[in-house]
Amino acid sequence: MNLSAKSEPITQSFFAIVIGLFIGAILMAAFGYNPIYAYAMLLYGAFGGVPEIMETLAFAVPVMLTGLTFAVGVRAGLFNIGAEGQMYLGALGAVIVGGALNFPPGLHLVFTTLMSAFMGVLWAVIPALLKISRGVHEVVSTIMFNWIGFWLVIYLVVYQFAEPGRAERSLPVLPSARYGVLLEGSTLTTIIFVAVALCLLFYFILWGTKMGYELRVMGANPDAAKYAGIKPWRTTLLAFILGGIAAGLAGGSQVMGRPPAWSLYATLGNVVGLGFDGLSVALIGRNHPIGVIFASIFLGALSQGSRTMQYYAGVYFELVRAISGIIILALSVPEALAIFRRWRKK
Amino acid sequence: MKVKLEKRTVVALKVSVILAILLAIFYLAELFGLGPLSILEAGLLAMTPLALAAVGEVLNEKTGLVNIGLEGILLMSAVLGVVGAEFVWNGYFGLLTGVIVGAIVGLVFGLLSVYGKADQVIAGIGINVFALGFVPYLFIVSWRSPGIRVLPSDLYVAPFQTPLIRVHIVTIIAVVVALLAYYMVNRTPLGLRIRAAGEKPDALDVAGVSVNRTRLMMAIVGGALCGLGGAFMSLGWFGSAVKEISAGRGFIALACVVFSGLDPLLALLAALIFGFAEGFSVSIQITPGVKEVIPFYFIQMIPYITTLVLITVAIGKRRFPKESGKPYRRE
Repeated sequence: MNLSAKSEPITQSFFAIVIGLFIGAILMAAFGYNPIYAYAMLLYGAFGGVPEIMETLAFAVPVMLTGLTFAVGVRAGLFNIGAEGQMYLGALGAVIVGGALNFPPGLHLVFTTLMSAFMGVLWAVIPALLKISRGVHEVVSTIMFNWIGFWLVIYLVVYQFAEPGRAERSLPVLPSARYGVLLEGSTLTTIIFVAVALCLLFYFILWGTKMGYELRVMGANPDAAKYAGIKPWRTTLLAFILGGIAAGLAGGSQVMGRPPAWSLYATLGNVVGLGFDGLSVALIGRNHPIGVIFASIFLGALSQGSRTMQYYAGVYFELVRAISGIIILALSVPEALAIFRRWRKK
Repeated sequence: MKVKLEKRTVVALKVSVILAILLAIFYLAELFGLGPLSILEAGLLAMTPLALAAVGEVLNEKTGLVNIGLEGILLMSAVLGVVGAEFVWNGYFGLLTGVIVGAIVGLVFGLLSVYGKADQVIAGIGINVFALGFVPYLFIVSWRSPGIRVLPSDLYVAPFQTPLIRVHIVTIIAVVVALLAYYMVNRTPLGLRIRAAGEKPDALDVAGVSVNRTRLMMAIVGGALCGLGGAFMSLGWFGSAVKEISAGRGFIALACVVFSGLDPLLALLAALIFGFAEGFSVSIQITPGVKEVIPFYFIQMIPYITTLVLITVAIGKRRFPKESGKPYRRE
């Protein structure tokens, strides 16, 4: 394989990003905003200085994890779009162990982290089992679990784990269950190292172990996989468990590792949408754990920069998610770049 | 002969399951002191967007396209329908706007899938994520509101009174569309082409009919029906638009499609069940005596749990077109 063939997926991602930003600019101009000024402010807000870069990375952490969830699913030939719900449960897990229970320092942080991953797995395993036993399509079942999880977690935050006197949010996790802030005044904590380590671990599992190999064969060529004696139920279960770990930690990361709240809002406002952002991250990162790291920084930059953009240029920050949608649409067409090149030659 | 009999048995079983569930809902409703008529009224309203989206998707999937972007279409057409209605100051124009928005999104999906040979699930996800961002943006640029718009009462398209209950015109359209779709797919030359595009595209190609154009056409029709369902939610049902108005209904409609095995009439029946489950949950929320016992949050889960249960126990082998989800390449 020569170098240009290897870099082709990266070129495709860049091409899709350009299309997304271009259509985003049209949507801004259509409603009377100045897209060039808006994008300049976005860039400044994301990378203008050390504090901005810290915030960009803080935004990258959760979507790096939910991106892993979708990426590992696609590698196994599954569309696990349940990161959203698994993340709610993960955040709840962090609240339960980190806020409502007490353990010795050090151990508390470990238990809280494990609990958030475990709760994510719990919510991921049920759709996996439905798929294995009854052939229920994961796209439908995971979305249903997202909604059930949404109402369940809100109920539990409001009725069981609310902070006394402050109904709008859950118990905050105790200081012994918090990840350390990396730079005074920023919201980036040491949990970013956990997220990056998980990406590396997933890379190792997928490309360095037998079960990871089986998982990838099942995704790339299910017929060949079955012929080779690989059991679909094993790869499905593995993909959902790995995905649940990552998504659960993503939810936990916003509770254990994101000041100033250190808790879950009763509206789930500090986590809602991060699971769906993971879809963009995974696809831009070409469903590769290392690609996911870089793609998450891109999306983190959009999320952080969009706040500055909204403040100065007036463009509402949610437009960034519409841009993500366009990028996904552009990436869905495998030959988009080839079509574009042919068109330009004419 | 044997195959035909089996299919009939499966359909009969499915219908009886549906009837049993409906009876159970009515029985439960009696327990809570709700009249069956009020449930029927709420259920038919809730059925309508699901039925339109599901029947459109059945047509789509018959030709071999799978559009999981229904959720995004419902969301965008619900909100743009209100924008359109306020622009011309006419509720019916808002419904038309929804149809047009749905058709355009269907067209984009069709172009990407048919001519771009896109991965259709990814393209559908793209539509949904785009809607998640575009709709809140639209709320801000049109109404300076972070995500809620109450419809001016002039623009509300109200259901009309029949001797028993109030029925909405769009509900009747949905039922007629399902019947027409059934007739078209099974009894007309166009239906034959639609089925061939999904089962044996090369044969259709040899016969001189464009596979791509057949698929593109149904992608537009499917999108337009879904768009009508979306606009109905804000203009004919809730009388308001919020940025989460679709609330998973696009995926519930997909569950209806899975349950139906691509039969438009079964899709309509499945939509009826989900509609009743939702109508039931809406009705008991406002029933005194229930609110105190079952927290609101659990009632909210009823439609999603119903969906899971129904697709888990769906009887019979679901048989989908052979070329489902695959772009057509001429050999």
